[in-house]
Amino acid sequence: MLGEGIVKGMVETARNFFGSYVSKDRLTTVQFPEERLPSIEATRDFPFLVYDGEDWQAGMRCVACQICEKECPPKCIYIEKSKDKKADAVGKPQFYPAVFNIDVSVCMSCQICVEVCPFEAIKMDNEFELSTDDRFEGLLWDKARLSKPNAHYQNIHPTDAAASDAILAEEKAKAEAKTKAAADPKSNATLASALQTASSTQ
Amino acid sequence: MGDAADQFFVNLLHRAVGTLPAGLRPILSSLISVVAILSVFAFLFAVTTVLERKGLGRIQNRYGPNRVGPLGFLQPIADGIKSLTKEDIVPHSADRVVHFLAPLVLVFAAFSLYAVLPIGRNMVLADLNAGVLFFFAVSSVMELTIFMAGWSSRNKYSLLGAMRAIAQMISYEVPLILSSVTVVMAAGSLSTVDIVERQAGYTGFFPHWFVFTPWGFAGFLLFLIAATAESNRSPFDLPEGESEIVAGYYTEYSGFKFALFFLGEYLGLFAISGLGITLFLGGWAAPFSFLTWVPSYLWFFAKLILLIALFIWVRGTLPRLRMDQLMNFAWKFMLPMALLNLVTTAVWHFLAQGVVRWVVCILMIVVAYVLLGRSLMHGSRLEKRVYRFAE
Repeated sequence: MLGEGIVKGMVETARNFFGSYVSKDRLTTVQFPEERLPSIEATRDFPFLVYDGEDWQAGMRCVACQICEKECPPKCIYIEKSKDKKADAVGKPQFYPAVFNIDVSVCMSCQICVEVCPFEAIKMDNEFELSTDDRFEGLLWDKARLSKPNAHYQNIHPTDAAASDAILAEEKAKAEAKTKAAADPKSNATLASALQTASSTQ
Repeated sequence: MGDAADQFFVNLLHRAVGTLPAGLRPILSSLISVVAILSVFAFLFAVTTVLERKGLGRIQNRYGPNRVGPLGFLQPIADGIKSLTKEDIVPHSADRVVHFLAPLVLVFAAFSLYAVLPIGRNMVLADLNAGVLFFFAVSSVMELTIFMAGWSSRNKYSLLGAMRAIAQMISYEVPLILSSVTVVMAAGSLSTVDIVERQAGYTGFFPHWFVFTPWGFAGFLLFLIAATAESNRSPFDLPEGESEIVAGYYTEYSGFKFALFFLGEYLGLFAISGLGITLFLGGWAAPFSFLTWVPSYLWFFAKLILLIALFIWVRGTLPRLRMDQLMNFAWKFMLPMALLNLVTTAVWHFLAQGVVRWVVCILMIVVAYVLLGRSLMHGSRLEKRVYRFAE
């Protein structure tokens, strides 16, 4: 009958109107910035450098291999190798970056630097409220700004951090086993362990 | 006592005027009433803009404005400041005088409509013998200003919008007036005060409002639909079609003049709702006889707010009507129903009181509605498309 649709429509809108006061379903607005949607674990925004322990310079995992610099599509990473060496996450003396800059205004959050890093040193952060009024230096971050503790990584990406920690633990164990085997006087055990490490790294 | 509260403003006016020199009393009394009407309805306009936005928001599962002031109720102040500080642009080739006058005349006409609306007992600014006629005459001035706006802007889209607006408004004037004529017939007078007086009685609990009769109910529905069309409100807002021809006839207006158009349209809406209340809903009369202790002006404003809420509700529900759908509806449905309503009123008047006249009148209206509805919806069945290819 003429008018039936209109009446049904009006009933629906009335239900929406009154329902919006009682149920969250009918008022889905999240009033940013007072309320926020819960953060998703796989969020990625901009990279940060991971360090272990308390001292960010001594504990930095990055060995300045410059793979991420080469793989970065918009070339936003700038690395200068140091002259001396320090122990890396596994314990081996390695170079470290004297200068590590990321131009965050260029970075496109593709995560390629994270994917190619062999040392679990660079990971994606989840911070996005990064507006600054400093046009020139505000979005060019140096290694001090980029370094964040492993605890932060475990907080924002628990599963990925657990996997990363497992990999590092395994490598550390292997390195320790190797040094222990090398410390023994020359014996069959050395040859056997050398063969074992060779087969396990294949 | 109830009477003191009811006549509070009337007595206040008398006392205020009593302190003034005798020769000037009539004109000063009118001036004070005019200032009161201006301020009350302008305030109502401000509150309605924010309530409408919040109401539409809730219907659409979102908050309305809720940042400016408590719950967003100071939003009209922010809007007012915005519209006052915007640059007033007049197109180079526009007709400056008419372009300037159009919003002014609109607001002037819209405010004049309140002169004949009885807002409470003994609270009408001008008790004209032909109040209803005055009302419709002045609301035609509002249509004229829309044309002034569209024509003076020297913009083909504004002109198109203005033409569509006027076609719409003229088409819907006819059922609007015809449904009001039924009330005039029943009350025997064109004076709004008399019409309200006629509806102020009670049988037992129930009021004598005209809306509680079959012809009154049908007339009220017709009146409401025609009023929505007269005020260019959704679903009849094609002339101001926000997503189609920018803003239609007020495309070339900016800043305060735009705000004045907005003001004029809303005031027109309140005025025509006020007329609907006066004609059909008993004006300032209370709905039940045991509620007459509440002051009459409060009843008027309560009914006005209910009607405004209804308009907002309809706006949030219905999509915009196309021009041809709109015109068809006016001429092929509303006009025959309005004419039939006239006949029904007469039948009601001449049959004796009792069940018979109720049954006859209800049958007349319902049967006509169903038959007309069916014949109008006849062509809207969607059929399978048939393709004919060139041989």
